[in-house]
Amino acid sequence: MTAREAILRDIRHNLGRGASLVAPVPPAARLNVPKVSISDRIELMLDRVIALAGRAVRVKSGADAVEYVAGVTGGRRSIASNSEFLREAGITALPGVASGVTDAEQLRGLCATADFGITSADYALADTGSLVMFASPADARLISLLPPVHIAVVPANRLLSGLDEFYTLVPKPADRTSSTVFITGPSRTADIEQLLIRGVHGPGEIHVVVVG
Amino acid sequence: MPETFDQKIATTLADSRLQTAIYTATNRLISHRKAVVSADALPDYQELRTQANAVKAHTIENLDWYLEEFERNVLDHGGHVHWCRSAADVADVVLETAKRRGARMIVKSKSMTTEEVDLNERLEHHGLQSVESDFGEYIIQLMHTRPYHIVAPALHLTRYDVADLFERALGVPNDPVIENQCRTARGVLREKFLEADIGISGANFLIADSGAVTIVENEGNARLSTSAPKVHIAVAGIEKLIPRAQDLGTFLKLLGRSATGQPLTVYTSFLAGPKRSGEVDGPEEFHVVLLDGGRTKLLADPEKRESLYCIRCGACLNHCPVYRKIGGHSFPWVYSGPIGAILTPQFVGVENAPQLPFASSLCGACAEVCPVKIDIPKILLELRAEVKTAEKQNGENQLERAAFSAFAYMAVRPKLWARALGFGRKLPIPPVGPVAAWLSEREMPKLPAKSFRELWKQRKSA
Repeated sequence: MTAREAILRDIRHNLGRGASLVAPVPPAARLNVPKVSISDRIELMLDRVIALAGRAVRVKSGADAVEYVAGVTGGRRSIASNSEFLREAGITALPGVASGVTDAEQLRGLCATADFGITSADYALADTGSLVMFASPADARLISLLPPVHIAVVPANRLLSGLDEFYTLVPKPADRTSSTVFITGPSRTADIEQLLIRGVHGPGEIHVVVVG
Repeated sequence: MPETFDQKIATTLADSRLQTAIYTATNRLISHRKAVVSADALPDYQELRTQANAVKAHTIENLDWYLEEFERNVLDHGGHVHWCRSAADVADVVLETAKRRGARMIVKSKSMTTEEVDLNERLEHHGLQSVESDFGEYIIQLMHTRPYHIVAPALHLTRYDVADLFERALGVPNDPVIENQCRTARGVLREKFLEADIGISGANFLIADSGAVTIVENEGNARLSTSAPKVHIAVAGIEKLIPRAQDLGTFLKLLGRSATGQPLTVYTSFLAGPKRSGEVDGPEEFHVVLLDGGRTKLLADPEKRESLYCIRCGACLNHCPVYRKIGGHSFPWVYSGPIGAILTPQFVGVENAPQLPFASSLCGACAEVCPVKIDIPKILLELRAEVKTAEKQNGENQLERAAFSAFAYMAVRPKLWARALGFGRKLPIPPVGPVAAWLSEREMPKLPAKSFRELWKQRKSA
């Protein structure tokens, strides 16, 4: 008997029944999506990110976003994701910014030495100040992780009210990507004396630029 | 000879520095949680607990179904599932993978499940380097000890302890500034991440409908462990399942708040299979190790089955007056505090941990803060009964049983009871044997001159 068979047998035996032939029906998922206006979402998002010690700004247009990012990076070494939104806005054309990388090894080298990682986000969750990032040809995992500073430029229409709205819109993130990550503020630890220290393994500084 | 439970407690109580460290850290965790579960901050907190309890109960009652569904979905995404009966089997899976890939270096992110199976020791025994990457776990690994707390492994240490440790183990100058200690660890570990062939993680949740592993963390080390190396192996107990990704809407709201007082932790990763075609980075191999390790045994008792609902937030430890005095290392196994007091006897056998069900004041704080509503005091009482039944069968503790038999005999005979009470009032109880032990921590109340019975009698006759 394999371990698999033995485990399933013991579960059924100890629950006092045989294998079930019909799918069990779980309690209805509890998802309440509040009505929050777009301007309130934007305000909430900025407030939350700032409360988490991140930087957050709202800009009117892609051109303004370019200006903000240029001001932060100052031409220093940056790696940007392949997001269409970043390219169209002109952020990938800024001096010092590498982009369009599709080779994993090359990307890793660039991320390990870059001062800034620049991405967009697939969604953002206003009530927790979180970015939602799907791994895809447009977005690599390491850009928001290895560089010491992460800059995320997000169109305002991708702001959701929170977790419940996300899971209502995307009931199964695994159908579209191998990796979904929520990023809520800069990397931190409180392992010693429960005192907060920022920037452990991930970026210690995060900028969220909401466009629109 | 290793210290006994009582000795470990005595050592912890006598260490005033340690007492302050535990008290301060748990106090901070308590106030952080309190701020985010208040009626203002989270109006539907109680409804979320009720939902989480219902979903966990449903999943455990249908565990076989959801395990098979989970496996199917992992395979569909190109991942691998390994079913393990015991601790040794988990190490075998990792060793086989390492051999096949020619791997030497493994980075690990925090996982209580791998602590259960002493994975690092087993891997190192076979010449593999396995490095813990969570800041607290890294410190714990350098100290060659085990986690003091489910979510805060180095809860018992101060910045000065870490400064001494880093000086000794890493040869860096003695520096008590936590920021600098973090930077030191980041530097050492960054190289390991980029060098590692395999990343091992735990899992906070296994999602049946997605074949996905969910990991919550604050540092970014779990993301690095699961993104940078070519192979990701997630090790999880079979009870970590929940049916749907949508259930995370409930569980994520509770876990971070209960553990550290965060509405969401910094990183929540939802990982389903290896890197897909077109994706730029991510692991080439994705493995999930499903560990039984005694969990199926726990299903047998419908009253205690709910022990498996635990999502390892650690809130019951922080709020437990006993944990806060005796600390994490007094407990004999990986899990400490109230949840450890109910899990350990069930995993290792009540006869091997007979003191644990009694290491509680039954104040109920643990049940009150449990995000999935495990009735820990109820289970403690069940386990106490099991310990006493076993003692009876083995003919142990006869004096205590004789005393309770005598009590039971008299308590249902009012006349005898009254006479015994009158007699007992006049006769001082000698502070010897078990009575001395009882009185060592308590004061005998001063009795009034006349008993209630005597006063009642006088009143009637007057």
